[in-house]
Amino acid sequence: MRKACKQNIPAMIFLFVLLMIWQLGAMKVNAAYILPTPVQILKKLWELREVLFTVHLPSTMLVTAIGLLISLVLGLGLAVLMDVSPFWQKALYPVVVASQTIPTTAIAPLFVLWFGYGIWSKVLVTVLITFFPITITVYDGLRSAKVEMAELLVTYGATKRDIFLKIKVPCALPYFFSAIKMAIPMSIIGAAIGEWLGAQSGLGYFSRRMMTQLDGAGVFAPIVLLSAAAMLAVALIALLEKKVVRWRGES
Amino acid sequence: MKDRIMKAESVRMLQFEQVSYQYAGEAFDIVDQLSFSVSPGSFHCIVGVSGCGKSTIFRMINGLLQPKKGEILVGGRPIAGQKQYCGYMPQKDMLFPWRTVGENLALPLEIRGGYSRKERQERIEAALADVGLEGCCGKRPEELSGGMRQRAAFARTMLTGSDLLLLDEPFSALDFLTRISMQEWLLDQWQRHRKTILFITHDVEEAIFLSSSVLVVESTPIRTLREIEVPLGYPRTRQDLKRPEIVDLREQLVDLLRKQVNV
Repeated sequence: MRKACKQNIPAMIFLFVLLMIWQLGAMKVNAAYILPTPVQILKKLWELREVLFTVHLPSTMLVTAIGLLISLVLGLGLAVLMDVSPFWQKALYPVVVASQTIPTTAIAPLFVLWFGYGIWSKVLVTVLITFFPITITVYDGLRSAKVEMAELLVTYGATKRDIFLKIKVPCALPYFFSAIKMAIPMSIIGAAIGEWLGAQSGLGYFSRRMMTQLDGAGVFAPIVLLSAAAMLAVALIALLEKKVVRWRGES
Repeated sequence: MKDRIMKAESVRMLQFEQVSYQYAGEAFDIVDQLSFSVSPGSFHCIVGVSGCGKSTIFRMINGLLQPKKGEILVGGRPIAGQKQYCGYMPQKDMLFPWRTVGENLALPLEIRGGYSRKERQERIEAALADVGLEGCCGKRPEELSGGMRQRAAFARTMLTGSDLLLLDEPFSALDFLTRISMQEWLLDQWQRHRKTILFITHDVEEAIFLSSSVLVVESTPIRTLREIEVPLGYPRTRQDLKRPEIVDLREQLVDLLRKQVNV
């Protein structure tokens, strides 16, 4: 723990310097409605704490969680299907990759038209953004299993199921954690974009409302909160990963 | 049937009958109508230059490759209908890094099934003690040295419970001093457990030191294995390798193999 702190000292100093420059620059410009200082943002965060933490943060987190869950089920399912069946691999892989060329942000307004201002249009944006990295990364993980290991188990009389559970799953586990760590910030971004386009609550929605009121600090405050939430979630997953994956990939 | 039992004494541990194998994309059979047999409790080394097809023979015995023609019998019966008739130990130790040493040893038992957790644990600990790795059960494979890893892999192979062991260059990645200790250790294991061992190597000295007779791959495609007796009893020591007849045998084998090396 202490070692980790020591390693982070240069990053901390750099971050502090950046914030100082921002603070001084913004004070000089003196136009809080477009460029608030970090201190103003923190003050705003404190003033708005009640509504942000009890209404908008839970709302965004709910969208993120549902979207992430659907992405996980979908991504893992597709990855396993592609690994098990060469036919589905050929059929799905190009489509999954092509789906990433869709400019999600540009068509997101359509989702609002189709699914309304409720939660599902946002969930759909989140899923579209996150299922791809999960599918591809987990698929790569399943593929990373060594043929020789599988052959050894075959000589012991192993079935396909044995090989999947005893080799493929453990091999894919580190990849799976990388995928989740990648997907969390992306799903939060997805949720915020969805809310930005049209919603009744959520941090993205709140940020946009502050924009219309020319409240610069109010635009930034929910964004700071979003980043903090993403960092916290990734840190939690990293902690879980350390518990579950006690080995690192070997030569 | 009665005939079979009468002949039990002479049943061969392993028998190849006119076995051929062809790799897809190759014009010839790399193993061509090969017949040979191995008696129970013997220790044979198969020597040959790299790429001569000796591993192909192993992979047909353990069922990873299907012969194009011919039949392979283990214990007098075709391998097609049998399970767990041989224990295969590949070149690399193939210990799974996400499992502890003990959990690695559990693999053949888990796959065969039918053991309680306690039975499994007892067998694993006995097997580890047998290869001199007491107290390594909970360790991770990366904590072990090269020689210890090979011994763990050997213990795992023993736990398949098969009488026929196929060892594919198990010591080739070890340094010289570790290798010669492991050779002595393996002979000791073999004598105590009375298994039948087939051992692939390209190290002539290793082949002579270990086997009762050496099976030489003289040419590719493999049509015959030339059996050359090693005029030494067991137990043997490295001192025996200095005997004049053994030195001659060594030279003879090196000559046989060098003919096939195209530089």
